[in-house]
Amino acid sequence: MTKFLATLVLAAAAPVALAAGAKFPVEAANTNLGDRASLQRGAAMFMNYCASCHSAELIRFSRIARDIGLSEEQVMQNLNFVGAKFQDTVTVAMTPEDAKAWLGAPAPDLSLTARAKHQGADWIYTYLKSFYLDESRPAGWNNPLLPGASMPHVLWEYQGIQRVVTEPRPRDAQGREQACRHGEVANACFVRFETVSPGLMTEAEYSGLIRDISNFMEYIAEPAAMERRKYGVWVVLFLAFFTFLAWLLKKEYWRDVH
Amino acid sequence: MAAVNPVTGAIAGLQKWIHDRAPGLDAAYRKHVSEYMAPKNFNTWYFFGSLALLVLVNQIVTGIFLTMHYKPSAAEAFQSVEYIMRDVDWGWLIRYMHSTGASFFFIVVFLHMFRALIYGSYQKPRELVWVIGVAIFLVLMAEAFLGYVLPWGQMSFWGAQVITSLFGAIPFVGESLVEWIRGDYVIADATLNRFFALHVIALPLVLLLLVVLHLGALHEVGSNNPDGIDIKKLKDANGKPLDGIPFHPYYTIKDLFGAGFFLTLFFFVVFFAPLFGGKFLEYDNFVPANPMVTPEHIKPVWYFTPYYAMLRAVPDKLGGVIVMGAAVLILFVLPWLDRAPVRSYRYRPLASKLILAGFVVAFVYLGYAGYQPASPGLTLLAQIATVYYFAFFIFMPWWSKLGHFKPVPERVTMHD
Amino acid sequence: MAEQAVDEGRRRFLTVTTAVVGAGGAAAAAVPFLASLLPSERAQAAGAPVTVDVSRLEAGGILREQWRGRPVWIVRRTPEQLAALEGLNSRLRDPNSDVTDQQPAYARNLHRSIKPEFLVLVGICTHLGCSPLFEPEIRPQPFASDWKGGFFCPCHGSTFDMAGRVFAGVPAPANLAVPPYRFDDEQRITIGLDPEQGAA
Repeated sequence: MTKFLATLVLAAAAPVALAAGAKFPVEAANTNLGDRASLQRGAAMFMNYCASCHSAELIRFSRIARDIGLSEEQVMQNLNFVGAKFQDTVTVAMTPEDAKAWLGAPAPDLSLTARAKHQGADWIYTYLKSFYLDESRPAGWNNPLLPGASMPHVLWEYQGIQRVVTEPRPRDAQGREQACRHGEVANACFVRFETVSPGLMTEAEYSGLIRDISNFMEYIAEPAAMERRKYGVWVVLFLAFFTFLAWLLKKEYWRDVH
Repeated sequence: MAAVNPVTGAIAGLQKWIHDRAPGLDAAYRKHVSEYMAPKNFNTWYFFGSLALLVLVNQIVTGIFLTMHYKPSAAEAFQSVEYIMRDVDWGWLIRYMHSTGASFFFIVVFLHMFRALIYGSYQKPRELVWVIGVAIFLVLMAEAFLGYVLPWGQMSFWGAQVITSLFGAIPFVGESLVEWIRGDYVIADATLNRFFALHVIALPLVLLLLVVLHLGALHEVGSNNPDGIDIKKLKDANGKPLDGIPFHPYYTIKDLFGAGFFLTLFFFVVFFAPLFGGKFLEYDNFVPANPMVTPEHIKPVWYFTPYYAMLRAVPDKLGGVIVMGAAVLILFVLPWLDRAPVRSYRYRPLASKLILAGFVVAFVYLGYAGYQPASPGLTLLAQIATVYYFAFFIFMPWWSKLGHFKPVPERVTMHD
Repeated sequence: MAEQAVDEGRRRFLTVTTAVVGAGGAAAAAVPFLASLLPSERAQAAGAPVTVDVSRLEAGGILREQWRGRPVWIVRRTPEQLAALEGLNSRLRDPNSDVTDQQPAYARNLHRSIKPEFLVLVGICTHLGCSPLFEPEIRPQPFASDWKGGFFCPCHGSTFDMAGRVFAGVPAPANLAVPPYRFDDEQRITIGLDPEQGAA
């Protein structure tokens, strides 16, 4: 019973914690933090679509500008829609009360979403790809990665509207239910998504768009990642060189020891 | 000889000045470094002691700097760690060095302890060295656990909830004891605050003291070696052991090389894989602590998993706690369980070697099992491994004597 | 024991090389630790420019604002106070603002400000960091019988005139600092930005 209640709470309030339980295959997003153009496009999409409900309270506009190569003017005009100062973090205009009234629960902060999942940005990518029509849900949308969450498909105009095609679970010779082979959705086995009405973008274009968002979210989850790798190469090379010297020195002194 | 230059002259002068006022320092330096005679046949296993010291220094230095930015309150802790990761110049590096250091500490200490096990370094007259070492291990586990709570993520919170609950298994006083440890009815602000105090000052002080005692006890009796031979038996005309060499310069330089090699690996992880696939820093710990929701799969950090698997293998709360505690405490009496006539496993019978290999397999398997979600098949194997773990120690007084021992040579052997 | 000769030269060379490379590494390793103590991104964000509306400040009055955690004063001087600045030179330590660190170039004038009327100062005594008191009246004071208005530091008795210039013979070594500031328009001053500067 407690577990059941916990599951309910999870589904309603903490989608982040649920990920481990969702049995749906995650696609590789192939994000690249070195691709500044992608990060800039991702930032614009994130601020236009995600940030109207979700905050990213751990990242500053000024840091975004510096790291992805934008000027203060560009950030303030194109990314900041809440009247924040340049040094402020990305907060959300919606109050928690409004969020509760409109969405059922305040939307979680997205600063660390890409780090809180072992599939990282790939999870976000697959999530944004997998919204399907579900009349049983208040907003009309559902998602196999976060079943029953209240988030609507914000990017539906671009992707279009899709429906999920499922089949019953396979059974073995004794008639016992087996696990699905291609992932589970709505308590059945996933077959494919079927387009109900096309969107403004082709599938490839839409994949590119959500790859950019996933890339940007990977960046905000660890802004130091690029620096880390850049310095890491030199530190490791230096230490390898030092180790080599120490090894020569050791060999030299240990000639005394027989 | 080169002519005395002003710099070396000044250094010599300073040394004399200090020596005149504190002759004991000089004597201590000679006893512990320049004239500490170490066996000349140390192999790779002997790097891990000095490396453990290196990691300890790393933890203390990085820890001090983290303390300058961290906020030990339930409302601010999580944010303050991310503040270190984002807003503090180089904060990410210092934090990763500390978190990676924690895991490397255990890697190094496990190997160090295994070294002692295979070469019989715990045997007479080094029982005290071993006992103090096990105490260090115990304090280190407590220190690591407390430190893991501080980032105040989901794993911090629920890990602390689970571990403190273990004390609830103690009859009569359990529940009150748990509340006393937590300072609240659940893991809360008060718990975090006291864990912080223990983590940053109380246990590090104990740890340092124990490390000093560990080295002191070792230098009283001298180091063991891979052959398990007492090098003090054979001395030259000057009273120096024939198989001994001064620690400085030979082992200081050798350890410098070891440190370089270790740091190369260490910083590779720090810079390129600081989460280490969610093993050094867990994904769920990037979600702030939420007392209302438990993550789906609660597991301790990898270095606790062997003991966690033992806890889960016992289908009884109190029993599980006792088994887990006993698994560590039994190490204290190891010197008195081993009845072998030789120290090193090099000269022990094949049967003993196989029993030891089985122990390693059991321990590694327990580590693996503790990391996985509980399942009946896994639990059964974990139970078998747990039984083996204890049988290894409990029956050691018998099996360690059995079989044909090889003769131990007079002088140490060099293999490289 | 083979008695082969030890190559002292090689040994020395390797020892010195390893020591120098190691010391270099240690010095480099110290940099991140020391740099972590600099004002963080958050502290810098909290030290962002502050905009103040001065239209309601009356002549002879003072506004106290916080910029980078320190008090910044905006004083609107009366014509009498401005006139009193002229005759003080001989009693001041640095009447012409020759110590350039204490004010931006555009405040290096008699009244130490962009507009004579408005004085903007960092309210921290240049002696040991107390915040001086505002004593605008031109009348004898316990600490100075011939007081022409200015600032008095209660900690160690340093005195400054109505342009923040330090008097001779007091402990404070330099004039009160003028922070960078600019007039956005007639009513508003932004502290932390120079007149022709876009961003801090």
